[in-house]
Amino acid sequence: MRFLLVEDNIELAEAIIARLSLDGHAVDHAKTLAAADEWLAVAEYDLMLLDVMLPDGDGRAFLRKTRTTERVPVIVLTARSQVSDRVDTLDLGADDYITKPFDFAELEARCRAVLRRRGTPTPALIPLGGALFDPSGGTLSHDGETKPLRNRELRLLEVFARNKGKILSKTQLLDRLFSQDAEVSENAIEVYVARLRKRLSAAGVEIETVRGVGYRMTWA
Amino acid sequence: MSSTTTVPVFWRSIGQRLTILLAGIAAVLAILSWWMITSFAREAAERTQDNVLVASATTIAEALRSEQGTILLELPYSAFAMLDAIGEDRVFYRVAAGAQTLTGYEDLIPPSNPERPGDVAVGTIDYRGDQLRTVTVMRTVLADQNPVPVLVTVAQTRTGVQAIGSGLSQTAAVLSVALFILAVGLGTFAAGNALQPLNSFAQAVTRRGPSDLRPLRRKVPDELSPLLVALNRLMERLGQSIRRSEEFIAEAAHRVRTPLATVRAQAELALHTVEKDEEKQMLRRIIRAVDESSRSASQLLDHATVSFRADALAQEVVDLADLAEKVTDGLAPTAEMKDITLTLDADGPASVRGDAILLESALRNVVDNSVKYSPAETQITVTLAPADNAHWRLTVRDEGRGFSDASLPELTARFKRGTNVDQIVGSGLGLTIAEDVLVAHGGHLKLSTPDDGAGACVSLILPAA
Repeated sequence: MRFLLVEDNIELAEAIIARLSLDGHAVDHAKTLAAADEWLAVAEYDLMLLDVMLPDGDGRAFLRKTRTTERVPVIVLTARSQVSDRVDTLDLGADDYITKPFDFAELEARCRAVLRRRGTPTPALIPLGGALFDPSGGTLSHDGETKPLRNRELRLLEVFARNKGKILSKTQLLDRLFSQDAEVSENAIEVYVARLRKRLSAAGVEIETVRGVGYRMTWA
Repeated sequence: MSSTTTVPVFWRSIGQRLTILLAGIAAVLAILSWWMITSFAREAAERTQDNVLVASATTIAEALRSEQGTILLELPYSAFAMLDAIGEDRVFYRVAAGAQTLTGYEDLIPPSNPERPGDVAVGTIDYRGDQLRTVTVMRTVLADQNPVPVLVTVAQTRTGVQAIGSGLSQTAAVLSVALFILAVGLGTFAAGNALQPLNSFAQAVTRRGPSDLRPLRRKVPDELSPLLVALNRLMERLGQSIRRSEEFIAEAAHRVRTPLATVRAQAELALHTVEKDEEKQMLRRIIRAVDESSRSASQLLDHATVSFRADALAQEVVDLADLAEKVTDGLAPTAEMKDITLTLDADGPASVRGDAILLESALRNVVDNSVKYSPAETQITVTLAPADNAHWRLTVRDEGRGFSDASLPELTARFKRGTNVDQIVGSGLGLTIAEDVLVAHGGHLKLSTPDDGAGACVSLILPAA
């Protein structure tokens, strides 16, 4: 997917870009509203992440303006947590908001929810053996049958799918799945891996256990 | 403030103070008028007696005649008849030529005698145990061609005069008491009336919500206008300082949250690049600490908003079904991350009256709590149904750890968290916010453990519009 990130704090922007790239997304970065206008004029985006307090103006005014010309879904990044501010933001036409500081997993979940609500077509299907994996829609199709994946299965499968043949350790997987809730143990990974194996075995996709190291997914 | 404790009780109220002062003045006036009426009455009675005595003595004096050098007197009846008019007083008389008593009581000696014929001498003496009023007139009678000065003294006891005096005095006393009571009544009324503008002024100030800081525009008496001006100035300064602190809070939130977001994002990113377990552990701790501080900050701000808005509650009509949908939609992605199914069972419209933002904040905090404390792959159900024919009930039910019975009563207390929360990030303000909002709307929050065991059940009960 292609993101436009409008955020004036460079360190934060870099971290967001690095993290989104890690998941295979392309991100353009605008430090000001003026720069954002320029990007919007030349490129098509699946999603815009918009900070509300920017050096050259209020992101909410920009939001009101772009709502009339652009169809791109917007998630507002806000430091204002008060309910009244949040309601205000949604009234101005944002699709959702996320309060700083945020969890990347939550940002991802909100992006996915917004895209699903918008019904934006996602061509980025990943063929896995005999099955088709749709990470944006959260489904796995096999033998003409499309099944929804649970969120954690989906995230885990996404990590495996983007790392074909690579060995991934349990902690690596844990970080991608559960960075936000500390209560999850490594045993949970085993549970989800077991579920994925069951779903994928018919399609000829194999998740093998590499003793003492982690897991590796391979498919034809 | 300490000075008020030394002031007598009645000085604490201007009304009482005025009433007591007016009553005091009325008492002084009543006593004064009683005394004046009494003394005037007594004087008038005495003057009447004196006049009658003078007339009586003159009549006797005129009845004197001389025959062959002897002075004769035939007492005229009328002289005593006129004295009978004044009650049952006893009458005494003496007619004397020089030191020689011609007739009457020899020992009736008046305190003074007139010096010339035609003069009248009036006096008071004690005579045989009674007080007497005496009147003496002098008449010169010719006896054997010699003028002989004859003194005629008529005296009378004063019982009648005193009776009249005390009768009048009693009447005057009754009148004075009546006057006093009337004056106190009028004084109370006057004090109340004079204080009326002050009371209505105070009511106008009291009726306002604490956050209503518009200047007061009222007609007040001149004496109150300095107070009005001072109050308006105070409210203006207060309003400015509230606005400044609100701006400050928003700015502070922004300034704090942006770097926190950077720290969290960088730490999370680093989590994917470091290899060693202890390094990962450290990064997780950083993330946890950031989450904790940002969550506390949001809830403190929410709580401040709630306290501020609850004081001046908006009265718009809010559809709970609509509101519940907004909240569940907003939290669905968060719930989804833990594969929690968040379902809403609500048939609208369910109208209540109040502040939509506060109500949303209450429900959001409750649902957010459920999402946070529920294990992965469970259900949270939000149900909207009538509680009775005057109330709506929004129930949030989860399959989480529930409430431990011991901590149930105190969970809505500020900063109190259940004893079974383990490692979950939280500030302990969520349920407090919800309860504050509900109470401000005339409703209440109910925590319970469902009959069939597992999970928690939080009910938000609100009066229907």
